[in-house]
Amino acid sequence: MSLSERLHPGLNLAGTDPESHVAAEEVLFGFWIFLMSDLVLFAVLFATYAAMSVQGIAEGPGPAQVFDLTAAFLETLLLLLSSFAFGFAMLEMKYRESRRGVLAWLLVTGVLGAAFVGMELHDYYVMITQHAAPPQASGFLSAYYLLTGTHALHVSSGLVWMAIMAIQVTVIGLNTPVKLRLMRLALFWHMLDVVWIGIFTFVYLFGVAS
Amino acid sequence: MSNRIPADMPPGEYEDEGRERLSYMIGLALALALTTAAFAVVWLDLLSGGAALAALGGLALIQAVVHLRYFLHIDLQRSHRDDLLLILFTVLILIIMVSGTIWILYDQHIRMMP
Repeated sequence: MSLSERLHPGLNLAGTDPESHVAAEEVLFGFWIFLMSDLVLFAVLFATYAAMSVQGIAEGPGPAQVFDLTAAFLETLLLLLSSFAFGFAMLEMKYRESRRGVLAWLLVTGVLGAAFVGMELHDYYVMITQHAAPPQASGFLSAYYLLTGTHALHVSSGLVWMAIMAIQVTVIGLNTPVKLRLMRLALFWHMLDVVWIGIFTFVYLFGVAS
Repeated sequence: MSNRIPADMPPGEYEDEGRERLSYMIGLALALALTTAAFAVVWLDLLSGGAALAALGGLALIQAVVHLRYFLHIDLQRSHRDDLLLILFTVLILIIMVSGTIWILYDQHIRMMP
């Protein structure tokens, strides 16, 4: 095995930190198994939503009446830019081991992520107060809140994890365990953005288009 | 601490910061273009009915691949076989579960009394 070999999907540390690179193979593979099982959870919620959004509207409002596409577009941009900022935090970690650089990009990532969660909560508030669309109104709305709520909960726990990592980077510094944790958080964060592609397409755009 | 590259090690294709930074920026540009295209289809009423849904589904699939390629750095040639098999197996499970659920629930639905 040569050290320049890519050992796992995701950012590899081969060229700049061979020790961490070798240690990363096992824990990152394990984390990929978790990510894939998490994806299965989201897939089941998507399938439930797909059925409910057509068959479960009952007497309640339909998708086109309650969704705000402008808000969904802005949320998409926030999460995309947040994912991108995390990529730059990882490059600071990999090439410069700069605490300040990593923390600055983590802060950008966290602020964008928090703005995303805030906008989603505002969406819920508008839907419940102005469109009479609470979760108990119909099967469609129950499935909608369950799917987007699970995603928002994932993003929120990612933010908590990010705050903990910022403390660890400050106190412990960028040693191997901290680097490996940051790499796993990066995978988690990028994967949540992939799940959001499904949500803005199959929930918001499909809901308004059909 | 900042430079631990052994002198005799050839710089690998992936160990160049400019290249990796470019990868994230290409990913962002492609993702922005695809997202805007998807919202434009609905906002500007470019397509309607089944054609719109098919186009949106296609754009989402392409954007998911862009994210996997440029943000999660998955590419099919260099990944370890274990990881690739894990991802492909999960995709298989997802297709079976999602299409099976939608099929069964739709079938139930059309058999219900109106």
